[in-house]
Amino acid sequence: MSSAELHHHAQTSAPLPPHPEKATLEGRNKILGIWLLIGAETVLFACLFGTYLALRGSNMNGPTTEELFQIPMVAAATLILLTSSLTSVLGVVGMHQNNVKKVQLWFGITVLLGAAFLGLEIYEFIEYVHEGHTFTGSAFGSAFYTLIGTHGSHVLFGITWISSLMIQVARRGLTLETTPKLFVASLYWHFVDVVWVFIFTVVYLMGKVG
Amino acid sequence: MATLVVLLVFALFIGAILTGGYNKQMIERFRSHWLWEWLTTVDHKKIGVLYALGGGFFFIFGGIEALLMRIQLFFPDNHFIVGRDFNELLSMHGTTMIFFVAMPLLFALMNVAIPLQIGARDVAFPFLNALGFWLFFAGALLMNLSWLFGGAPDSGWTNYVPIALNEYSPGTGIDYYVLGLQIAGFGTTMGGLNFLATIINMRAPGMSFLRMPLFTWTSFVASALVLFGFPPLTAGLFLVMFDRLFGAQFFEVALGGNPVIWQHLFWIFGHPEVYIVILPAFGVMSDVISNFARKRLFGYTSMVFATLLIGFLGFMVWAHHMFTVGMGPMVNSIFAIATMAIAVPTGIKVFNWLFTLWGGKITFTTAMLYAVGFIPTFVMGGVTGIMLSVPPADFQYHDTYFVVAHFHYVLIGGTVFGILSGLYYWWPKMFGYTLNETLGKWNFWIFFIGFHLTFLIQHVIGLYGMPRRYFTYQAEDGITLFNQISTVGAVMMAVGAILLVLNIFVSYRQRESLVAGGDPWDGRTLEWAIPSPPPVYNFAQLPQVRALDCWWHEKMEGNKEMEPAEPLESIHMPNDTPLPLIMSIGFFIAGLGLVFRAFEVGIVGLLVVIVAMFMRSFKPDHGYHIEVEEIKATEKGA
Repeated sequence: MSSAELHHHAQTSAPLPPHPEKATLEGRNKILGIWLLIGAETVLFACLFGTYLALRGSNMNGPTTEELFQIPMVAAATLILLTSSLTSVLGVVGMHQNNVKKVQLWFGITVLLGAAFLGLEIYEFIEYVHEGHTFTGSAFGSAFYTLIGTHGSHVLFGITWISSLMIQVARRGLTLETTPKLFVASLYWHFVDVVWVFIFTVVYLMGKVG
Repeated sequence: MATLVVLLVFALFIGAILTGGYNKQMIERFRSHWLWEWLTTVDHKKIGVLYALGGGFFFIFGGIEALLMRIQLFFPDNHFIVGRDFNELLSMHGTTMIFFVAMPLLFALMNVAIPLQIGARDVAFPFLNALGFWLFFAGALLMNLSWLFGGAPDSGWTNYVPIALNEYSPGTGIDYYVLGLQIAGFGTTMGGLNFLATIINMRAPGMSFLRMPLFTWTSFVASALVLFGFPPLTAGLFLVMFDRLFGAQFFEVALGGNPVIWQHLFWIFGHPEVYIVILPAFGVMSDVISNFARKRLFGYTSMVFATLLIGFLGFMVWAHHMFTVGMGPMVNSIFAIATMAIAVPTGIKVFNWLFTLWGGKITFTTAMLYAVGFIPTFVMGGVTGIMLSVPPADFQYHDTYFVVAHFHYVLIGGTVFGILSGLYYWWPKMFGYTLNETLGKWNFWIFFIGFHLTFLIQHVIGLYGMPRRYFTYQAEDGITLFNQISTVGAVMMAVGAILLVLNIFVSYRQRESLVAGGDPWDGRTLEWAIPSPPPVYNFAQLPQVRALDCWWHEKMEGNKEMEPAEPLESIHMPNDTPLPLIMSIGFFIAGLGLVFRAFEVGIVGLLVVIVAMFMRSFKPDHGYHIEVEEIKATEKGA
């Protein structure tokens, strides 16, 4: 299909092709673009991980990682975020079935789970500050809050992004324009989850036993 | 708070004007102005011109800074510009020349040439392309505002902590560096991502990877280095910003911090950065040499693999900038060997250029002069690079003028010669007329001789022991004459640069007699198969590429134009949009707010960015179509 035909297609309500996100050149560019962005973000997080590993022993007068971390709560947060990855996959499945209701339901649950994760993280930060683990108190504190905070801001961005896409789907339905956006947002969301798996391992688990 | 109120009132005022509440014709008058077209363009050719203008503009600043430093060093114990002022000059000279001159000028060439060389109608993300340019410009402007408000950064272009922390650098200088570079860096990362996606996804039918012109190849690898090299800088700049603005302790040793982290992050970015600026120049040289030797590039495939190898090794050698930090003999040896290994692919390239020239039918146009002048100059920079890669020797050279001479040989002898060669080569494609060759040759010889006069002697100054970044020396040091020779050379380079500006001016006046036509150099690659300047859609019909040097191949087959790969039909183009400019203004406001610790203003700026992002996402942008009749009319006119 040429771009002119597809363009015409986008403005009518003809049935979508089987993989609508890859049907246009714009869509394919978007998918490649998000993979490249994920590559760049991986390096960004790698740098923050490196900084954290170099500074995590410098807790000065504040609590150490062993004293600080509560695995059950962090494990709950992990479970929530991983589940949200699954629900975003179900949303994409709904998109491939051209089922607006299913898309809205599962992406809606994804956003709620993401918000719940953020709530737990904010609660956790408040707890830590009460225990004397602050951003300015030690190099460990600075590195910890920067790494986790950068991840948290990515979760916040993902929630906002997916919510705004849900509004667009509600207004315009599933088209050759909205489907690549949903697909790309879901890829981004998986990436944010994968980063958390590393944070859970490197920061929390290794903080308990390493 | 007062600043916030003032800004809000100002914003409401602007808003009233723009929405027509003030004067209904205002917005129409804006839109019909020629400037509006340039401010909102998403056309890669226009963005290329904008990058060239931006890079050229900051080149004036960087050049004046260099001249002022050389004037100070003309006499021993001179009192022209000393101490902190001199530190500001050297910091801004380095930062400006790397980030705001070399990179935008290369991005200019990449924007102009890549889509044409691969047979594409535009880049993969035209909006992102415009955003990348405006972010670069906002960041560069922000940093240069430091001269007027609050003092320029003065910790060198490397901005080492703890000198760059609040304790030793109070005031706003370093904040300008951190925020200006951060904003410009976002733009550069977007540019790199965009070129990668363009080259992977947008190649014309038949344009396989191993048929791409070498400039596209080297830009491809350089873009990958941008994509993976800039995030460490982003991370590092965030850490410095947090330390300076929000009281973090990353680099504060008393609270467990470690200043060496900055050095690592900076050089994990910084070393790939030097390959980011040299690889596209290698590409220009390869295309120009092959074009004007009228031969296929010797060892094309080995050139491609050498480029990939240089890109890969570029990430493995950052610690050779840190031999004197004290990482131990084992680490130093590993990085020394990795560094020396880069000489192998680079050597492959040099020999391939020489073998391309060998037996060629050479025409010495200005572009070719720069390319040929580049080979020995760059080799000299490469040889001193090998010398510096030996750790025991590096302990002697470190932070002396020997290092200054080395990196100017590769950055000017490599990158700047490459940019100038590319400018003379692609100027007719950009504007439809060639630059004046007589003035061009004057420009080359004055600049070339001035360059060697300035920097060859600096090797000796360094071996005599003069440290870099010092603002003075004594008469009894015995280096007065050397420094004076160097300053004379710098003035000569300035004259050379002025000749270039003069040439641009004169050529514009003579443009009627310098009309280029589509193929002024009897070119080999795809960009020469279409009219100059190309129509907005570049290719009326996407071409079918049948060989390496595909345009040359068609000419040898006796064809007057490329074989089309598709029927003539209406072409879909993206709409112009002011949103990239608005987002960059938002970032600029945020940056300025943070520099002055006015966090409300910072938040307002970021809100502008976020609102613009939502506007972009929510407003469907269907673009427009150029109909077949219009294309036919345009093609006939050309």
